[in-house]
Amino acid sequence: MLKNFLQMRLKGLVVLAVIVLLLPLFFNNPFHYDLATQIAIFAATVVGLNLLVGFAGQISLGHAGFFGVGAYFSAVMTGTYGWTPLPTMLVAAVVVALLAWLVGRPILKLKGHYLSMATLAMGFIIAIIINNEGWLTGGPDGMPVAPFSIFGWELSSFNQYSLFGIEFGGDVAWYFFAGFLLLVAVWIAENIIDSPIGRALRSVHGSEIAARVVGVDTSYYKSLVFVVSAVYASLMGSIYAHFSGFITPHLASFEQSIVLITMVVLGGMASTFGVILGAVVLKLLPQVLADFQELEMMMFGLILMLTMIFMPKGLFPTLQNKLAERKRKKSEEQA
Amino acid sequence: MTALIEVTGLSKTFGGVHAVEALSFSVDEGQIYSVIGPNGAGKTTLFNLITGIYTPTQGEIKLKGEGVVGLEPNQLAERGMCRTFQQMQICMNMTALENVMLGRHLQLKSSLLTTMLRLPSLLKDEEDCRDHAIELMKFVGCGEYLETEASAMSYGALKRLEIARALASNPKIVLLDEPAAGLNGTETAALEELIKKIAAQGITVVLVEHDMKLVMGISDRLLVLNYGRKLAEGTPEEIRNNPDVIAAYLGG
Repeated sequence: MLKNFLQMRLKGLVVLAVIVLLLPLFFNNPFHYDLATQIAIFAATVVGLNLLVGFAGQISLGHAGFFGVGAYFSAVMTGTYGWTPLPTMLVAAVVVALLAWLVGRPILKLKGHYLSMATLAMGFIIAIIINNEGWLTGGPDGMPVAPFSIFGWELSSFNQYSLFGIEFGGDVAWYFFAGFLLLVAVWIAENIIDSPIGRALRSVHGSEIAARVVGVDTSYYKSLVFVVSAVYASLMGSIYAHFSGFITPHLASFEQSIVLITMVVLGGMASTFGVILGAVVLKLLPQVLADFQELEMMMFGLILMLTMIFMPKGLFPTLQNKLAERKRKKSEEQA
Repeated sequence: MTALIEVTGLSKTFGGVHAVEALSFSVDEGQIYSVIGPNGAGKTTLFNLITGIYTPTQGEIKLKGEGVVGLEPNQLAERGMCRTFQQMQICMNMTALENVMLGRHLQLKSSLLTTMLRLPSLLKDEEDCRDHAIELMKFVGCGEYLETEASAMSYGALKRLEIARALASNPKIVLLDEPAAGLNGTETAALEELIKKIAAQGITVVLVEHDMKLVMGISDRLLVLNYGRKLAEGTPEEIRNNPDVIAAYLGG
């Protein structure tokens, strides 16, 4: 039975890997790779956020703040102070983990939905600091970011690479790197969900009082998952900064936090593959609606509302149920 | 016999209402101890006080001689106390089996890193936990629901599932709040057998229950509450013949 379950878990991951590998067959210019890389980075971010929102039922309205801290920490330290990207990214994650623990721990000891308030305020503070400390962050104009490198191997959209005699551009390399990171993010998230820690998190959502009487220290687990989701955002923020090569304070803005939450809610709370779909839809939508750019926030708000009303479980779980129902009906007809 | 739970001078007021007032009693190890009384007598409040959900206005609660007033429910669980609820508390976002596995939370100590990488030690623990949970589900008679989503189960089955989850934490004492409420005759008979089996394992059972036949049949001792105060305490025989109890509750 356990083996069956393991196989089922891996099946989703394998399907995702196949999609990541085969998708470039439909790409015919660098822009497609660029967009797909962005989607993968944001998808990995919301896979982490979903642990907090979808599984533990806690709302964060400041996750773009963590994303922004990761991005700017990497940008400033590698650019201005010449640190190496990979260790910098890890130090940024530790800083964000401490920040999340400091904000989350006292707040999550209270009963009720205070986390959303606290994260809302925290997100604003981070955005204001990034905007105002121009000497460090370039202020509203943004700042350039050095290319990413792993063990001396530089990853830049402008470079050309060759592997096993195949020549490819930096945009392709970035796409596969981001795709790989997304797979790792999903693997780790799924591991957490299907574990004692995962059950403790889901029980906080299901029945907090039941969780407490069987010994779950619910405020500790809420803080823990808040930190984990913040670290996801920070790491992906760093990656995004190196990928895009130029970042602005918009990354850390309240609007971005709402976009992240909308990805989770639209795709399907408590569904890892659902939130990836949410990231895909919300990243593609602005491309389709390029003419209505000033209405973007309104569109996201509308999507959030309509999802809540018509598909409270989100896009992916709703589709899954529909498919399962159709399958059942078909087998009934045959029988 | 040593007292597992010792309650002295326990009071709880909500505004001006005395839900529980100056209550003292003790539960010995290995007993089936029942709390009865009319609706609103303070039975569930008493349970919530003992299990750390409410903080008493006054009084002392000792578990194995240790004062436990002010401890959180999860800290009490670490000391071997677990309970079920009158309004069932099942995690409807999980399968039946996962609900019971949740009950083993305190026995599972994998670190976050072990969990994230799904190291072999975690898999071994999870498999043991799973086996234990399956055994418990069979023990309470939920064997056919292993992979069922909790939200798809019947009321009676969920009641038994909640007991399985409580037992999964290896408790020394379980408090069952109206386990027979809403059950039919057959289910109640099965429940009676189940409670006896639990007690036979050396687990102390404290019971709040309205079903007199059930309570009188299985209890070692009973506590009768009325308006938050102790009306009587004793063996089923003593309670049955107590004139105060007859007047106030059994209605002659």
